Amino acid sequence: MIEEQKSIHVTPAELVEKVQVFFNDGWRLVQIGCTRLENGLELNYSFDKHYQFCNLKVFVPLNTPEVPSISPVYWGAFIYENETQDLFGVKFPGLVLDYKGSFYKTSVKNPFNTCSEQINIKDIKKDLAL
Amino acid sequence: MTKRTIIPFGPQHPVLPEPVHLELAVEDGKVVEAIPSVGFIHRGLEKLVEKKDFFDFVFVAERICGICSFIHGMTYCIVIEEIMKIEVPERAQYLRLVWSELSRIHSHLLWLGLMADAFGFESLFMHCWRLREKILDIIEETTGGRVIFGSCKVGGVRKDISAEALGRIVKVLQAYEREIREITDVFIADGSVKHRMSGVGVLSKEDAYHLGAVGPTARGSGVDFDMRKLRYGAYKNISFAPVLETAGDCYSRCHVRIRELFQSIDLIDQAARKISPGPIEVKVSGFPDGEFFARTEQPRGEVIYYAKANGTKFLQRLRVRTPTFANIPALVKILQGCDVADVPVLILTIDPCISCTER
Repeated sequence: MIEEQKSIHVTPAELVEKVQVFFNDGWRLVQIGCTRLENGLELNYSFDKHYQFCNLKVFVPLNTPEVPSISPVYWGAFIYENETQDLFGVKFPGLVLDYKGSFYKTSVKNPFNTCSEQINIKDIKKDLAL
Repeated sequence: MTKRTIIPFGPQHPVLPEPVHLELAVEDGKVVEAIPSVGFIHRGLEKLVEKKDFFDFVFVAERICGICSFIHGMTYCIVIEEIMKIEVPERAQYLRLVWSELSRIHSHLLWLGLMADAFGFESLFMHCWRLREKILDIIEETTGGRVIFGSCKVGGVRKDISAEALGRIVKVLQAYEREIREITDVFIADGSVKHRMSGVGVLSKEDAYHLGAVGPTARGSGVDFDMRKLRYGAYKNISFAPVLETAGDCYSRCHVRIRELFQSIDLIDQAARKISPGPIEVKVSGFPDGEFFARTEQPRGEVIYYAKANGTKFLQRLRVRTPTFANIPALVKILQGCDVADVPVLILTIDPCISCTER
């Protein structure tokens, strides 16, 4: 394995406090990503310090896709949060620069907010001849 | 009271080969605020992974960008190999290093040419691209492609480079080194070029770090990180130190790329000395199950491939965080306080690749 990658699960309510600890400790925000799961959305907040990688995982239910923005802590996070807002429909209260859904010019609203397992289950069964 | 004017910059602009838009708030000829806008050509390639066999997706990953295509494909392969715990043969790892560094050389030469063009030095631009053609010739000779290499696969590489060919490539590169130095000396020493870039678009080390800048944009501000130091692939057997400059201005970012050109030639030379005969691929069976973040160093900086797999032939999620995307907040910071006339040059100094950004 190239590197150890630590993951810590946090709730949306704990997120900003945890991120502030990372900021104060000198970690660099590497990226924010989102994955659509069957029953919700999983956000990954990745940090790096001296080539050590740490990841905060936040689960968000589909009926309340809302996570407090970390852009007041890491200003550069605005770009990742706007991307996630446009592609997955997650809201980020407190976002320092909110494009309000116009960061990406997509023809379909929140195009990535569909569950891959639901979409592909027939294709997978066919391909695997199940 | 100073009047504030909003100037739209892009998405169509002579200095921009690809569409990005900036809304520039200007007071007395100085930019006081810049709001970037991307997404004009977003392709949704990450979503395609849900319908494309994980083994074949490397061809799509390579097509995310036409400049650092090989490293995109390689990073995709690495993320799958890490999830499936595949041991890539050492020879394949060295070959990946050689093609990665050739990509870096041609990308930096392309950037130097664009930079020369941006500040009106046409003959310098042509010389940079003339040399870049020679690197593309080497890539064509070894892979058959000049833009899309198609040589990387999950479990190794598709093509080998013979010992004779590798020795010849090293000799050719060493000969090019003199020619490259003639051109880069102009960037470093020419008074007009230096005047155009020195002290312009300063990004402090603290800002570069906290805004998440990567690659030459970060290293030009003295931030000491280069993902090749993670020692992925054959980089664990090669000695090098990240190229750093500390002034944080356009000249620094340019200087980092120039020094990286010679560093890449050295890395290829080291790889050619250490590579030994052996297999170039391993057989891959089964489906990936798990998740991993693969991080590699592209010419523009750290690229991240995150894959989440569920044991089927289709990945559940592929997330690609490209270096240009990470450098946009830093660009916004660089633009604050600059002259309107400097905006095109400043945008170029982060070496923007909108094709990557609009994956």
